[in-house]
Amino acid sequence: MTDAIVVEALAKHYPACVALEHVSARVAMGSVVGLLGHNGAGKSTLIKLVLGLIRPSAGHIAVLGASPWGAGSAALRRRIGYLPENVAFYGNLTGREVLAYLAALKRAPRAQVDELLERVGLAAARDRRVAAYSKGMRQRLGVAQALLGNPEVVVLDEPTSGLDPQATRELYGVIAQLRAQGCGVLVSSHLLAELEPHIDSALILRRGELLAAGSMQDLRQRAGLPDLMQVRLRRDDDAAQFLRELHASGALYHVANDGRYEIEVAGSAKLALLQRLAARAEVGDIVVKEASLARLYDHLGAVARQGEGMR
Amino acid sequence: MNNMGIIAGKEFRDDFRSRWTIAVAVLFAALALVISYFGGAAAGKVGFTSFNATLASLTTLAAFIVPLIGLLLAYDMIVGEQDKGTLLLMLSYPISRATLLAGKFVGHCSAMAGAMLTGFGVAAIAIQVMQPEARTLDAWRSLGNFMLSGALLGACFIALAAIVGTAARDKARAAGIALLVWLMAVVVFDLCLLAVLVLSGGSGWERAAFPYLLYLNPVDVFRLVNLTTLGAGSGNELFMGMTAGHAYPLWGLYLALVLWVVVPFGLAQWLFRREEA
Repeated sequence: MTDAIVVEALAKHYPACVALEHVSARVAMGSVVGLLGHNGAGKSTLIKLVLGLIRPSAGHIAVLGASPWGAGSAALRRRIGYLPENVAFYGNLTGREVLAYLAALKRAPRAQVDELLERVGLAAARDRRVAAYSKGMRQRLGVAQALLGNPEVVVLDEPTSGLDPQATRELYGVIAQLRAQGCGVLVSSHLLAELEPHIDSALILRRGELLAAGSMQDLRQRAGLPDLMQVRLRRDDDAAQFLRELHASGALYHVANDGRYEIEVAGSAKLALLQRLAARAEVGDIVVKEASLARLYDHLGAVARQGEGMR
Repeated sequence: MNNMGIIAGKEFRDDFRSRWTIAVAVLFAALALVISYFGGAAAGKVGFTSFNATLASLTTLAAFIVPLIGLLLAYDMIVGEQDKGTLLLMLSYPISRATLLAGKFVGHCSAMAGAMLTGFGVAAIAIQVMQPEARTLDAWRSLGNFMLSGALLGACFIALAAIVGTAARDKARAAGIALLVWLMAVVVFDLCLLAVLVLSGGSGWERAAFPYLLYLNPVDVFRLVNLTTLGAGSGNELFMGMTAGHAYPLWGLYLALVLWVVVPFGLAQWLFRREEA
C-alpha cells in the first residue's frame, strides 16, 4: 500500500530565511502522526508543502504516491482533507451554505453536507450565518469541511484550539474513526500532553529541522529520560527526616513552588525508591509521571541548545 | 471550468445578497429617469425630451459612476479573502489559482452587467413608454450600444480592481489604491490631456497624436463609443469638438475596450500566479 505522506530530504528556503531543511518522514495509511514544534518551527511550511501550496526548494515529497506540486495537484487535493489553523469562513453565508459550496468545489455528494453537520454537532445551527458562530462552532465547521469527499489523507493544523473539552473529546473520536477507516492523519499541535494518547508517532520540528521522529515509546527510550516522582509531605516540618532519606537514596530532586518534592528517577530504580519512600510515615502522597511528550520535547530542545552552544 | 462556474455563482450571489446589485440597479434607474426628465430644464422645459440627449447625459454620468462601482465591487478580490483568512482554505481545495481569480472576476462582472441591464433597461422602457417619438430603431441601437460598452467599462475596472486586490498587502491599502485609480482614470487623465493641449498650443504633431491618446483611458474610449454614435447636438460639443477631426471606427473602439478588460485581467492572473513560490 502506498503511504499517505512520504517526505525525503525536503527543504524549503525563502529569500529571507530557511523554513525547512533536510526533513525526512513518513505517514502510513491508517496511522495518526503528531507534528510538534514551537511557533516558527516549520510546521505550517511542512503542511503547505504536503498540500502543494508551495514548491519545495529541494528534496522529494509524495502524497498518496504522487507529487502534490504540479499538474496533478488539483486532482490530488480532492483526496486530501485539510483544516487550517484559525480556520475562517464566509461570514455572510450559513453553515450549511458554506459546506454546500465547499462540497461542490470538492465534488463531494450533496447529502454529505447535512450528514457532516450532524456529525460535528452543528445540525441545530446549520441555518445560522457563520458570522454569528462562536470560535468553537467555526472550528467544528472546519472539521466538517475537512471530512468532505471522504479524504484518504487528513491534515489538521491545531484542530483543538478554541474547542471545549467535550468537543475536543469528540474531535479525537473523529480522528480515531479516520484511523480505523485507514486514513493517514497528520495532526499538528502545541498541546503536547493532550495530543499524546491519540497519536501513533510524532515528528518533532525545531527551527526547520527534524529534531526527532518515531513512535512515542521509541522516542522515550532514545532520549533515556528519567520518570518524575512528585512527593507531598503530610506536614512541612517533617522535611528534615524525609530529606535525609532522600539524600541517602542518591536521587536528584528539587522543591516545587507549592512545596512538593520533584524527584527524577531512572526507570530501573523507580520501584525501589517508591517502596522506600512509601514506607515513610511523613509522606502523604506520591504521584509518578512517565516522561511525557512535553518533557521529551523540552529535553530534546535542551540537548539541541547545548549542542549549539558548543559549536 | 465547472469550478469557475461554482465560484462565479457564489460571487454573483454574494453581490446580490449584500444588496450591491440591487442598490446599483436602483441608482442607475433613478439617475436615468431624473436626467431624462429634467435634462431639458436648461432649455426651459421640463419633461422627457430628446432621447439622444438623455443618452449623452447618461454617458457622461456612467463614465463617472461605472468605474467607481467596478472598483468598489472587486477591489478586495484576493486581499479580502487573505484578510478574512479564507484564502488558505480555498487554495487547499481542488481549484487552481487561475480558476479562483477567473471565477471571482466573472461573478462580479455578471453582477455588474445584471445591475446595469436592469437599471438602465427599466429606465429606458419607462422613457419609451412616455415618449412615443423615441420609439425608433436607432434609439434602441444607441441604447444597446450604451449598455454593451457600459458593461465592458465595468468589466475593465473590475479587471483593474483585480490587479489592485491581488497586489495590495491588505484591504485598507487596496481600497486606497482603488480610489486613486478611479481618480486617475476619471479626472486626472483628462486634465493632463487638456494641460498638454493648452501648453503645446496645439501644434501639428500634437493634434495628430491627441485622438490616439484617448485610447489610453478606457473611460474616454467608453465616451467615444457612445458620443460618436449619437452624433452632434446631444450636448457634448466640447468633447466632440476636441476629436472632431478624427473618425473613430466603432470596431476599433470596442477592440480597445476589450483589450482594456483582457490585459489587466491577464496581469492580475500573472501577479496571483507569481505569489506561489
